[in-house]
Amino acid sequence: MAQDQARGGHVALPAVLRRLPVASVSTRRPPLPLLAAVATIGVLAMLPLAYLVIRALGVDERALELIARPRTLELLTSSVALAAGVGLGATVLGVPLAWLTTRTDLPGRRAWTVLTVAPLAVPSYVLAFALIAGLGPRGVLSGTLQSLGVEGLPSIYGLPGALLVLTLATYPYVLLTTRATLMRADPALEEAARSLGDGFGTAFRRVTLPLLAPAIGTGALLAALYAISDFGAVSILRFDSFARAIHVQYRSSFDRSGAAALALLLVAAAFALVWAEARVRRRAALRVPHGARRAARVVPLGRWRWAALAFCGTVTGLSLVLPAGTIAYWLVRGLAQGEPLRLVADPIGDSLVAAGAAALVAGILALPVAFLVVRYPGRLASMAERLLYGAYAVPGIALALALVFFSLNVVPFLYQTLTLLVLAYAVRFLPQAAGTTRSALMLIGPHVPEAARSLGRSPWEVLRTITLPLLRPGLLAGAALVFLSTIKELPLTLLVAPTGFGTLATQVWGAANGGFFARAAAPAAVLMLISLASVALLLRDGEHSP
Amino acid sequence: MERAVFATRWRSHAARVASGMVAAAVLAACNAGAPPVLAPGTGASPTASSGAVTSPDVSSTTLTVYSGREEELVAPLIERFEAESGIDIEARYGDTAELASIILEEGEAGDVRADVFFAQDAGALGAVAAAGLLAPLDATVLDRVDARFRDDEGRWVGVSGRARVLAYSTERLSEDDLPASITELTDPTWAGRIGWAPTNASMQAFVTAFRQLEGEDAARAWLEGIVANDPVVYPNNTGAVEGVAAGEVDVALVNHYYLMRLLAENGPEYPVANHFLPGGDLGSLVNVAGAGILADSERADAAARFVDYLVSEDAQTYFSEETYEFPLLDGIAADPRLPTLAEIESPEIDLNSLADLQGTVELMRETGALD
Repeated sequence: MAQDQARGGHVALPAVLRRLPVASVSTRRPPLPLLAAVATIGVLAMLPLAYLVIRALGVDERALELIARPRTLELLTSSVALAAGVGLGATVLGVPLAWLTTRTDLPGRRAWTVLTVAPLAVPSYVLAFALIAGLGPRGVLSGTLQSLGVEGLPSIYGLPGALLVLTLATYPYVLLTTRATLMRADPALEEAARSLGDGFGTAFRRVTLPLLAPAIGTGALLAALYAISDFGAVSILRFDSFARAIHVQYRSSFDRSGAAALALLLVAAAFALVWAEARVRRRAALRVPHGARRAARVVPLGRWRWAALAFCGTVTGLSLVLPAGTIAYWLVRGLAQGEPLRLVADPIGDSLVAAGAAALVAGILALPVAFLVVRYPGRLASMAERLLYGAYAVPGIALALALVFFSLNVVPFLYQTLTLLVLAYAVRFLPQAAGTTRSALMLIGPHVPEAARSLGRSPWEVLRTITLPLLRPGLLAGAALVFLSTIKELPLTLLVAPTGFGTLATQVWGAANGGFFARAAAPAAVLMLISLASVALLLRDGEHSP
Repeated sequence: MERAVFATRWRSHAARVASGMVAAAVLAACNAGAPPVLAPGTGASPTASSGAVTSPDVSSTTLTVYSGREEELVAPLIERFEAESGIDIEARYGDTAELASIILEEGEAGDVRADVFFAQDAGALGAVAAAGLLAPLDATVLDRVDARFRDDEGRWVGVSGRARVLAYSTERLSEDDLPASITELTDPTWAGRIGWAPTNASMQAFVTAFRQLEGEDAARAWLEGIVANDPVVYPNNTGAVEGVAAGEVDVALVNHYYLMRLLAENGPEYPVANHFLPGGDLGSLVNVAGAGILADSERADAAARFVDYLVSEDAQTYFSEETYEFPLLDGIAADPRLPTLAEIESPEIDLNSLADLQGTVELMRETGALD
């Protein structure tokens, strides 16, 4: 992917400007330690796929018939359509929100920034419950409309609901990646376009959007791959997705081979999405200029302010206020019936330890990947990156069983240890950290560390004193994404964690799954509060960093 | 006090992560395909490379239970057992079928970590038993439970009973409107009014029983009839009962106790009631949650004590009062709002025969009940 940017874009920049930095990054071969590090990470990421192949080879005739049904293709198609739709939807919500919260005089900009990123903290199945409570056949909205004499709200179940819930759950990926680029990119190009007579719309389309393309692509891909492997929300919203069929196969027939073969098909579809995204991006690619960065001009919204506020309000209302309200309702309803309010400290500690460690490890693993991709672009680098994204779409249950299998057979002393769990989280969510780190690294440019090297600093000193401090916002954003993803993760936690280890997410799931919504409410509320706090911290750091 | 405990836990976690990371790094450096290399600080036992390993942190009195039953239900019971017996229990909670899958993986690797499997339904126990991973239980435990509710080879024992019911809306239906048999639901008058959860294990066990008792063709015809009535698909039983309350459907095919839980949360005005189909109808099939001991367990004595406890008066009273299930031990009464097991007239069936899930899943796929 990155070599696409390196090859250079099509508009706006004189050829000489494009060529200079390109020459300085692509002529050297990557150093051996870097290659070894990325190869190790690649092997870790490939383990689940290897497991699926091993299991799928044991597939019997019954399962083969199951796979060969026309229904398989139908389900696969609808899952790919869902994923593409969610990627698109997340872009449509995420890009304007990123622009509004970074470049305009939107009233309450800071607060909106936190509020629009925060839905990342809401597990998608909680969001699904909430939307049914709010927009379902007997929900708040239809009740209100009925009292006004309006009947026949379109059904939330099926594709519309799945699209809505997963878009609301994933647009923050696009928002965060786009925002990082908008904040760090040099506004000179846009200003030049405007001064040459382009209107705002034309300048945005011809200059800003291509500049943002890599960031948008990363975010949209994360959203789409999340959607294609999601199980919780789609089953609550009764959408027949491929991931759901895989879960049915695992859960109801104890057939690991058939399920593995199905999972391989899903991964293949995910790779197709990764490939398609790279193709689209190749056409839109433009090199990010390395000029001295200045603050972008604040765009006054004028009378559009109200429309912008309504947009932010609607998105936040659906993705954050509705689930928070649902949780509060569960809590109040349960307490009114005399349910005990139970909140123990252990799951909070377990959640923080697991998510914190996973964020740290993923942040560290992301560095070699990002360096290879940005500094040594080529076939190898793009292959490594695409592989990571493809592995990201392995359904959670298949990934968990893969880890059970490999740890038992290769490293039995790591089976059911916290170490394995943290490593599993880190590899699972690595694309989130690698994507943001890569975007940040692209904005630094190779000439700064090279200058330091030429002045006699050792490579390690350069990394420590120059590159890492400059990378800080990108690294932090990536680590935060991993933190938030880990803290709501379920299948790995349930099947790979040490016996007796329980997080807030497993508590919420365990209680809500058994119909104890009141008992699910307290841990769900704490989960959201912790996540909100971490989002607020992260974004504050981003605003103040150089 | 709480803070101190928390801080200690945190530090020990951190230490374990750190030491494990070192081990992992060493391992990665030494090529992941090679036999395991023991790094200092992992706490691994020196026999690790021989294959069959016991978890280093587990002392002889700590029992590992894989529980497919929810933590909300089982944790208080486990605490009582620990207090009574002095045996510590480490419980892993999860979906019954997923836990069965990891037990099967552990079995294949010759490294079973679970001592007891406490499963939501007989089918999962049957799958683990069929892989030869369960040890026979003591006759003193088995004999306490009616022969209908245990494995005939004694490899697992039923712990609590759950009946299939038709949950119905008390706002839109009177008792006279209710069907006398589950087969009446295929009548077109029920079109669009039925809720069910076809991916639910209990629902699939019911279809398996249908196949066993009435034959493949009758089961197919029933499924086709239900599918033709355009049932609303819910992800689980709770969702189906809530769908009845919300007015999305008039009846739902579920287990009896979900309603009881929702009554506890929503109060007695909750507009749903259970209909137990009369006269030995298939629609009132009684299935069990049960437990078995893993054949490779090195703590078989402690495991036997735990399974013994599950069918003791104390635990059976707990299931009756807290989970609203049917106790299987004679002399313990079910919740007063429920009929007795004898009154339900559950159809006669060997619960072991419910293990053929593959055939059921195929039939449900062919009829469009499942994807």
